[in-house]
Amino acid sequence: MDGIDVLFVIGRVLAVFVLLLVVTILNVWLERKILADMQNRVGPDRAGPWGILQTVADGLKLFFKEQVTPRKVEYGLYILAPFLAVIPAFLMFMVVPFGRPITIGGRQVPLQGADLNIGLLFILAMSSIAVYAVVLAGWSSGSKYPLLGGVRATAQAISYEAAMGLAMVSVVMFSATAGPDGTLSLAAIVERQAGTYDVTIPFLQWADFIPRWNLWPQFVAFVIFLIAIVAETNRAPFDLVEAEQELVGGFHTEYSGMRFAMYFLAEYVNVFSMSAICATLFLGGWTGPTFDGQIPGLLSALLPFVWFLIKTYAIIFLFFWIRATLPRMRYDQLMQLGWKRLIPGALIWLMVSTVAIAFRQFGPPWS
Amino acid sequence: MGVLSEFFKGLRVTGRVLVDTVTGDGLVTTKYPEEFRHKPQRFHGRHVLNRYPDGMEKCIGCELCAGACPARCIYVRGADNPPDEPVSPGERFGYVYEINMLRCIFCGLCVEACPTEAITMSSLFEMSTWNREDAIYTRDELLMRPDGSVPHMFPDDPLARHKELETADGWLRATAPSGVAAYEGVPGWQGTPGRANWDPEPDQETRDA
Repeated sequence: MDGIDVLFVIGRVLAVFVLLLVVTILNVWLERKILADMQNRVGPDRAGPWGILQTVADGLKLFFKEQVTPRKVEYGLYILAPFLAVIPAFLMFMVVPFGRPITIGGRQVPLQGADLNIGLLFILAMSSIAVYAVVLAGWSSGSKYPLLGGVRATAQAISYEAAMGLAMVSVVMFSATAGPDGTLSLAAIVERQAGTYDVTIPFLQWADFIPRWNLWPQFVAFVIFLIAIVAETNRAPFDLVEAEQELVGGFHTEYSGMRFAMYFLAEYVNVFSMSAICATLFLGGWTGPTFDGQIPGLLSALLPFVWFLIKTYAIIFLFFWIRATLPRMRYDQLMQLGWKRLIPGALIWLMVSTVAIAFRQFGPPWS
Repeated sequence: MGVLSEFFKGLRVTGRVLVDTVTGDGLVTTKYPEEFRHKPQRFHGRHVLNRYPDGMEKCIGCELCAGACPARCIYVRGADNPPDEPVSPGERFGYVYEINMLRCIFCGLCVEACPTEAITMSSLFEMSTWNREDAIYTRDELLMRPDGSVPHMFPDDPLARHKELETADGWLRATAPSGVAAYEGVPGWQGTPGRANWDPEPDQETRDA
């Protein structure tokens, strides 16, 4: 590793950072616009063309606002909490590959922040740290509504993290069958979903366009994972943590100005990261038709990134759609869904796919 | 499975609304400062003091409106008409006429009380002011001009919509030139200031037949 490699690493990290900020600006506007359309409204349309600069205006406003600090706060933790929300949100996306590795001047540059061989564990760790931000904010605010929000966040995150992890395990196990060994690296998981199924059954030959995504064999895990990430990012219908009607905004009630903006940023970065992770695990990440030789070189280098964005935004759209549709769940319903449906479901699915994989690898036990 | 089917039913509703709104049929809101909604015919907006088509003021300074006002927001002081240059066809005219729009509840009782239909309500509703004194509308702002248009409280304000005020009030044409009740004017309702235009009402003969 020489100086140029270090530069490439810095460039990659910066690229991920900028990408996340840009898509966050876009996503906030997109969510408001889609929500408006789903409620027969116009939505923001004043700042810039189609109101696309609305988020920039909102951010500027928050930037110039006073950061009110209530008297009863635990000062150190109160200041720390927003940073604990933002930093893991950005770090989580660092391990997600958002394009095919490109070659610049003979050097292989993977398009992701860092190709960790423990990528999935890293994601789980970061999403757990993000819970601390909410819990600490709730506790250190010294006010009852944030405290209630923090308590809810603890229970919610623990119950849904388990289901999310179990769904991930079955994906990892399945993807181990597609390669030489098991891996937690997201880049490897994506590469093992490349290509399409080669159908051998004669009358189903027409179906050979279906990509080798984990979505088809792991559909149950996909559904569980999707529900879990909606809960994990504290979005409707699982937004009990920041329920405006009951908790006056929940854990961020006592935050204002840029400190509030950091929570806001973290939430939307989390939505994008989690959707990207979902697309990576189940929808084949950046893989897709390459049109080899039919399009110029630069475009074909960009194409995987476009596939990645399309898949990610499909899931983000689902997030918005669900938010516009479902009312918030009650607390006991949330717990019941988590502990009585999702976790047993994920466990059963784990066993089913274990048996299926074992059958495929070793043959039936009676032979 | 009941929950799942309900879930997809809900998604279908919001999805359909999304398609409706994007294609332009479902939109129910308007971009207010640029687009105006059609106001109903009996909208209770800002008051207007009317004139007869010959330019005479209808108000005779009888103070019945002030007496009828439940909010006590109207102040009228009548004065005798100058004999050589009468302001109104009657004996007296509204020398001072003030309405405090902050107290007004827009009930319309003053309109009902008025014997000469001098005070009516237009469809204008943008009456925000920078201070409380400006909310008191005097004769200068209430009385329509001889052409039927209505003065604006802040004519130089960039937010003033002068086009809104140009529509002459329907009362100007519908009543007698000198307040004779038997007179049947031309039934040409052309709306009131505040961009509220509606179809002409039939004249009395058509209506009674």
